[in-house]
Amino acid sequence: MAYVAVSGGKEAIEESIKLLDFYKSGTEKDVEIEAIENKLSLLVDRVMSEAGLYSTRYAALALKQCEGSVEEAVFLLRAYRSTLARNYYTKIVDTEAMRVVRRISAAFKDIPGGQILGATYDYTYRLIQFDADKESASAMRQAIQNALAAQSPEEIVPCPRVSDGLKREGLIDRFAQGDRAPCDVTANMLEFPAERSARLQTLSRADTGFISGLAYSALRGFGQVHPTVGELRCGFVELHVPYLLDESESIYIGEVLITEVECFNTADDKDQLKLAVGYGAVFGRNENKAISMAVIDRELDNGGPYPAQDEEFVLTHGDSLEMNGFISHLKLPHYVTFQSKLDAVRKTRRADGE
Amino acid sequence: MVNKNYNFAFLDEGSKREIRRAALKAVAIPGYQVPFGSRELPIGRGWGTGGIQLTLSLIGPDDVLKVIDQGSDESVNAENIKKFVGICTGVKTTTDTREATLIQTRHRIPEIPMTNGQILVFQVPIPEPLRIVEAREEATKKMHAEKDYAPMWLQLYESLVKYKKVTVSSEYPCMAGGRYMMNPSPIPKFDNPKLHRAECLYLFGAGREKKIYAIPPHTEVVSLAFDDVPFERESFKGKKCRLCGSENTYLDEVFDRETGGRFYQCSDTSYCREVRSWS
Repeated sequence: MAYVAVSGGKEAIEESIKLLDFYKSGTEKDVEIEAIENKLSLLVDRVMSEAGLYSTRYAALALKQCEGSVEEAVFLLRAYRSTLARNYYTKIVDTEAMRVVRRISAAFKDIPGGQILGATYDYTYRLIQFDADKESASAMRQAIQNALAAQSPEEIVPCPRVSDGLKREGLIDRFAQGDRAPCDVTANMLEFPAERSARLQTLSRADTGFISGLAYSALRGFGQVHPTVGELRCGFVELHVPYLLDESESIYIGEVLITEVECFNTADDKDQLKLAVGYGAVFGRNENKAISMAVIDRELDNGGPYPAQDEEFVLTHGDSLEMNGFISHLKLPHYVTFQSKLDAVRKTRRADGE
Repeated sequence: MVNKNYNFAFLDEGSKREIRRAALKAVAIPGYQVPFGSRELPIGRGWGTGGIQLTLSLIGPDDVLKVIDQGSDESVNAENIKKFVGICTGVKTTTDTREATLIQTRHRIPEIPMTNGQILVFQVPIPEPLRIVEAREEATKKMHAEKDYAPMWLQLYESLVKYKKVTVSSEYPCMAGGRYMMNPSPIPKFDNPKLHRAECLYLFGAGREKKIYAIPPHTEVVSLAFDDVPFERESFKGKKCRLCGSENTYLDEVFDRETGGRFYQCSDTSYCREVRSWS
């Protein structure tokens, strides 16, 4: 039989999509959306952060739909996001007013407002719990509910930043409040040199693995060595949109869980030294990503010869959708361009050039 | 089957208007890459989302759409894009180049010359022609502003010195309207001359790179060449399509599964079918 060019694509695609179900049909047990949303929260947080869309429910639905692939789930949420008209921009969020669930400083033992260890895997032994399959979800929930009911709620006191004291001391530069409308990279093409708002937005939406690797490279010597986590805080912040009839008023539309980091580095200040700050803020409990973002923010401010210090390199290669889209397109047929490449190669090898 | 859960042509009207504005600006400055707020689509970035966004923002209920990939209407990607636009618009689709009002393409320009009233939308992976000589957007933007195309000429010259041939294969750079160097998208050099003083409008969309550019009808488009080394297309001298016998089309090289023998057939499948129907 002669070679058959790739055609009949329509039927092939339909069958291929059907076949995906095969991979989801290995059991009769179902994964409930509520369970993904509440028991795989860190995965949900990662997906929301890379998608730039805050909805635990939709993130859970997306994860279920694509067998738990992070990049596919991010893809689904991003595509959905494109269909939504953007009616409002929220007012600036003051993270000092965050309802903190965890807050640590690696710079100072004692900080105003106190260190709150909160929930972290940092100090767990990474030993597989072989009885995790016998865990009772209802008993666990009941126990936590009972414990909560036995406590009385504390008043939320705004928590000053660790960097505030250092700013007062003159060790960290102070800048005037920049209330310019931020550059929105989801509505505009990112241009270089990039505004800092565009940089931060891009890093916040970046692929976790990409920016972690970059930040790691900076720590290892391909950048300025070892910054200090001045503060890492994780908690809920309130979102408000302007009230259309009276701009001075605003409407509360809900809260989001975020992780925020400030990193300190030493930097030149003419003939003396100062401290420079790198900033990171991401959706969800996403600590290493937030720290990586802060490290890279500082590296980009500093500039230099290494990849993590190169703005265009960092900001154009970290988007989950863009990197995975372009890499996966290599699976598409390239018959025409390859033929052209062959032609170019053959011509250089023939005496007559034909 | 139209999916009523989404707006006509998927994107919200505000987004579509923004894309059309960028396209209008692109038409006003041939070859100039207009940045735009590229939207994410349910189809992979790098799989033609720039072209699809142009198609979605331009398409109306009366349009007739043709989608090709590698010249073929039936290839997996072409079918997939056609299906997507179908689901969110319900417009009529065709494989006939003459019947289409809007054609979206990857890597080819149809063999049948397109006419006034038709638009060809290209999917573009790397819109920047200078990217092969300069990695940074900040630098290439300045080079365009200053019309500083020396590094590209140097690249061509060096390949001549080294291989006695210009070895750029597809994505062969050209000058649009005498001002901007542009990347014709990864069409083969064979198709470059079709860009020159065409009857139809050519629109180029790069979704991942967030750029739109255009060649309006009758624009002068010149492929880069030296006075003493003329521009050269891929050569299929002495070869013809094994199906329709054409000797003047771009040919795909195919292998016989059993004998391992090599033969050729038209990359533009609808043209090939048409030629066969004549006999």
